[in-house]
Amino acid sequence: MSKTVLLVEDEPNIIEAISFLLERDGWTVRIHSQGGDAVEAVARVAPDVVVLDVMLPGRSGFDILRDLRSEATTKELPILMLTARGQTKDRELAESYGVSHFMTKPFSNEEMLGKVRELYAASVDKS
Amino acid sequence: MPKSALTGSRIREHRLMRGLKQADLARQIGISASYLNLIEHNRRRIGGKTLLALSEVLGIDPSTLSQGAERAVVTQLQDAAASDVDTLVELDQIDDLVARFPGWAAKITAQHRRLRALEQTVGGLNDRLTHDPVLSEKMHEVLSTVSAIRSTASILVATPDLGTEWQARFYSNIDTESRRLADSSASMAAHLDVLSRKDTGRATPLEAVFAAFDARGHHLVELEEGGDPHALATQLPEIDSAEARALALQYFRTYSADALAMPLDAFEAAAHELNFDPAALAGRFSVPLEAALRRLASLPRGATIPDIGLVSCDAAGALLVRKSPSGLALPWFGAGCPLWPLYAALNAPGVPIRRLIEGEDGARFTAMALAHPSGPLRFDRPPVYHAIMLLVAQDDQQDDPAIPVGSSCRICARSDCDARREPTVLTQA
Repeated sequence: MSKTVLLVEDEPNIIEAISFLLERDGWTVRIHSQGGDAVEAVARVAPDVVVLDVMLPGRSGFDILRDLRSEATTKELPILMLTARGQTKDRELAESYGVSHFMTKPFSNEEMLGKVRELYAASVDKS
Repeated sequence: MPKSALTGSRIREHRLMRGLKQADLARQIGISASYLNLIEHNRRRIGGKTLLALSEVLGIDPSTLSQGAERAVVTQLQDAAASDVDTLVELDQIDDLVARFPGWAAKITAQHRRLRALEQTVGGLNDRLTHDPVLSEKMHEVLSTVSAIRSTASILVATPDLGTEWQARFYSNIDTESRRLADSSASMAAHLDVLSRKDTGRATPLEAVFAAFDARGHHLVELEEGGDPHALATQLPEIDSAEARALALQYFRTYSADALAMPLDAFEAAAHELNFDPAALAGRFSVPLEAALRRLASLPRGATIPDIGLVSCDAAGALLVRKSPSGLALPWFGAGCPLWPLYAALNAPGVPIRRLIEGEDGARFTAMALAHPSGPLRFDRPPVYHAIMLLVAQDDQQDDPAIPVGSSCRICARSDCDARREPTVLTQA
């Protein structure tokens, strides 16, 4: 059974590109485009990896990340943050909340795919 | 003859040129030799009758002797020196520079002000790049669009077995995103263009308002004649941005209200009658004391009107009004001297404070300060106070103890000052 990525992103064409890439790589991709109930979506989908945008309608990715890290079930969940806000303070904020990796847009497909695989492998090793 | 920019030094030079002894000149104008000695060494301010008498005996125009504009230039040159402590300059020869090469001195001060303004503009733009929500949103949109295009284009290039349906879809996506990129780039460029057009050499809207008041001697003829503050805010060349216009409008409305409550002719007559006493004038016109202080500083300069300065600040000490009197240059940038009664007034809102102060050159002023609420008082919010200080130049011989003050710490050479917040650069260079 393939592993699942939950892609929390609101840009349709980025969703389509990332979904295509991940599915071609053998992942099951679930999409969620709202920030407000993203934490519930994670609980519902129970993904192996989350790809999380920062600027989302309803709620910021930072807040979602913080909430996920406060839950025992998602405390160690691999979370890759994608953002156009690449400032040092944003990266530091994400790291302080416990992000697994922080990647700024625009990113290369290989870089993004490689990081999803790497985060998943690390989580498997840890468990 | 190398002339000094300071009045006392000039008097001394002209006296020596005429071969007059200090005691003889003092006797001719009716002051003591020791007092003339203090004047010649710039330890006492000179003005009024004594200046006229001296110029008459020395056979020169009083304006040749008087300081004022030159003092301000000296202070600005000191500020320029203070801004670059790595470059040693001949601070003790600033007076000579001003007197012998006034054009170069003016050029240096103008460039220094321009440099400081540009530094502040850069700081402001940096703040905008970091905090401007509009720019942040536009940047986010551009990067997101570029990201979509890059990922999609990479898929098209790196996936030779891509079916025609996917190909068509991704080409369409690139087309959509490239149009969006064009729009968002143009929008961001337009926003940056608005920012860049704000760079007029004045760092802030407040600087523009200061420039407008300075250019008119803080006397706005248009508003004295009942002109519309809004119209004036759109007419003055110094008021060159929407933000500056909005700020200027506040100042001009206050000016208009003061002019209406204290009409110029009546106020000027009353000022003479009441010996320029702000409290008495406030009583005469039934206005708050701070309004009378403002109005005194807006009187047009004339032979019968004393040299009056005005400075005001908010509760954080930031200067809101800056009218320098001759002999006490107010700082162009940053906070003023902590010993100004202006700041003491903030400690006792509503209590008028009158002090005799003395600038570094010996010029003396009666400083009248008051902290007053800057807006309506509310039960559910703490009051917001502004402080205002009127500076009235004092005539010659006054031996009452005065509070020694400066312009600002960096360019103040006074030693043993309890209020000093940072070292002066004047003694370091």
